[in-house]
Amino acid sequence: MSAAVELAGVSADFGKFRAVDRVNVTIEPGEFFSFLGPSGCGKTTILRMISGFVDPSEGAIRIGGQDMKGIRPNKRPTALIFQNLALFPLMPVWENISFGLEVRGVDAAKRRAKAEELLQLVDLPGVADRRIAQLSGGQKQRVAIARALAVEPKVMLLDEPLSALDLKLRQHMRAELRAIQKRTNVTFIYITHDQGEALAMSDRVAVMSQGKLQQVAKPQDIYNNPANGFVAAFVGENNVFAGELGQVSDGIGEFKTGSGTFRAKVGAGVSAGTINKLYVRPEYSTLGPEPKSGANSIQVEVADVAFEGNFINITVRNGDGRNLTVETRNDGIVAIPPAGSRLNFMFDPAKALILADASAHQAGARA
Amino acid sequence: MSELVRRYGLGLSGVFVALTAFWLLMLVILPDLYLFENSFRPYLPVVETGGPKDFYSLNNYLNFHSDLGWQNLTLFPGLPQISMYASIHEVVFLETIVFSSLVTILCFAITYPIAYFLAKVANPRSVGTLFLVLLIPLWVSEILRCFALFIILSLKGPLNMSLIGLGIIQDPIHWISDFNSVIIGLVYVYILFMLFPIYNAIQSLDSNQIEAARDLGAPWWRTHWRVIMPHSKPGIASGCVMVFMLSAGSLFVPSVLGSTHSRWFTEVIQQWMFENQDWNTGAAYAFLLLLLCIIFVSLMMSVFRVSLTDIAK
Repeated sequence: MSAAVELAGVSADFGKFRAVDRVNVTIEPGEFFSFLGPSGCGKTTILRMISGFVDPSEGAIRIGGQDMKGIRPNKRPTALIFQNLALFPLMPVWENISFGLEVRGVDAAKRRAKAEELLQLVDLPGVADRRIAQLSGGQKQRVAIARALAVEPKVMLLDEPLSALDLKLRQHMRAELRAIQKRTNVTFIYITHDQGEALAMSDRVAVMSQGKLQQVAKPQDIYNNPANGFVAAFVGENNVFAGELGQVSDGIGEFKTGSGTFRAKVGAGVSAGTINKLYVRPEYSTLGPEPKSGANSIQVEVADVAFEGNFINITVRNGDGRNLTVETRNDGIVAIPPAGSRLNFMFDPAKALILADASAHQAGARA
Repeated sequence: MSELVRRYGLGLSGVFVALTAFWLLMLVILPDLYLFENSFRPYLPVVETGGPKDFYSLNNYLNFHSDLGWQNLTLFPGLPQISMYASIHEVVFLETIVFSSLVTILCFAITYPIAYFLAKVANPRSVGTLFLVLLIPLWVSEILRCFALFIILSLKGPLNMSLIGLGIIQDPIHWISDFNSVIIGLVYVYILFMLFPIYNAIQSLDSNQIEAARDLGAPWWRTHWRVIMPHSKPGIASGCVMVFMLSAGSLFVPSVLGSTHSRWFTEVIQQWMFENQDWNTGAAYAFLLLLLCIIFVSLMMSVFRVSLTDIAK
């Protein structure tokens, strides 16, 4: 069972501080939806409003079409997985999992059976009688998921539950969470500041900043077609050039910067009057001895090379001392330029974007 | 020890250790040993001490269980009269245990909601002020507070006058009757010894656990019963032990606020020592009180499955 979650003009004020500002979004039933943003952007407040621990100052939250106004957290069809999991340390694993059923008056034998069944589902059989302190980080994670699933929620809310795990386990749990979501078909709403997590797991991602939604889109669209400078800068790495927009033809604009005039795609809402920046990803940037025709090109000097294994990160410096980054896949035969070599930094106009500046966008958003 | 010496030098460390040792030995251990030794010897005129009649026996302790007869227990008005075949002192002891338990239960019932409020609900900025308000009465000595309470509870005292003035009661209530006033006094004097350990215990609970329980559908009472109370059990236990022991061992509150029907075991000890001048039997009774209270508390702890190490935390 799953339900749609609809946020209609939802805001949250704490005194004079507006944590969430008129958020409109509809999350489809059975969708894996992430809110991605830096800490303090309001994403946790959104989660707490959906679960019922915070009341919106304005707007409405509807779950499965039903307005949640006045419905307390213990009466909502949601289950929350806390950042620190908040398992009950004094209860054994199975009582933790079946706590929600105990509340609903289910008898002990049935609760026990349900707990065992859920432990199977999260791939953790045979630990029903253990104490929480005896479990590893990943196992606690699974128990927390099982505990939330036990109440058969229509919507699962996850507040950065993977942040306490080490990298390997985190990557494993990503796949696991995704699989559990597909198996149960419950709507998952996931909160994170980790772009990798959001992109890898979600059907759709909402990027947030300062209480406002910046973009709601599929992961590939968030990365490839960021709606504004903030999204471009927050998701993934960029080489950024400040400058002025000149002539535009066929969606490709001339962009005058301190390092030269470049051509790049013009993003939505960009006009000559606004403060704009040019964003190009390190993996779309290349280095070469001669400028290629049709590509943008700057003369640079290699400053530093970081060999990361599957890819190589090369930091180069242009004439006015600015650092740019080039990321090359390591195919085993690629030549690594020595530091100090003079090369051309190049990028394809179709793979660079001119967008409204992040800070300018924020100022505009608040006004 | 070496840490102490390194920080304060040999001279100052020596002074610290000597003072602590003096306090422990001269003011705690030796007086107790003296009383303990005396509790096994008979009460004799000075000339006969050390004489042939002066030998060790359990007679002082057995005094507790002498002069058996049918005794009426003063418990609660309205309850059917309970009689038991026992000595007067045993009945007094039983009453002391029963009413100290009642004081403990009342203290817990009053402080648990307050402790929860202070630890999890109140704005952290105002908690300091609230604690100050709670602590200020503690600055006034117990004696003064007992006399104040005696005046407040008296038949024509401010409490009865206010209640009559507000139209809640028609005739003044005899507060100072049976064990009523003693219970009120003990609760008032020792309540903070219950509040602080419970507050500390609840405060150490991760608030997410409370929210998790609510999120899983638990109503408030089940959240308390299954999550908050089990977590704060050590604090509750140490508060209960403290209030019980202090109440059972209190002399001043029952003697100031006692009615003609209330008898407290400490008053019996006081009678032996200061009215009968029989320190030997008084000492024996004092050790009996200590021993029986320890047995009672241990029994209660095993019933509620609390261990000593829990309380030490």
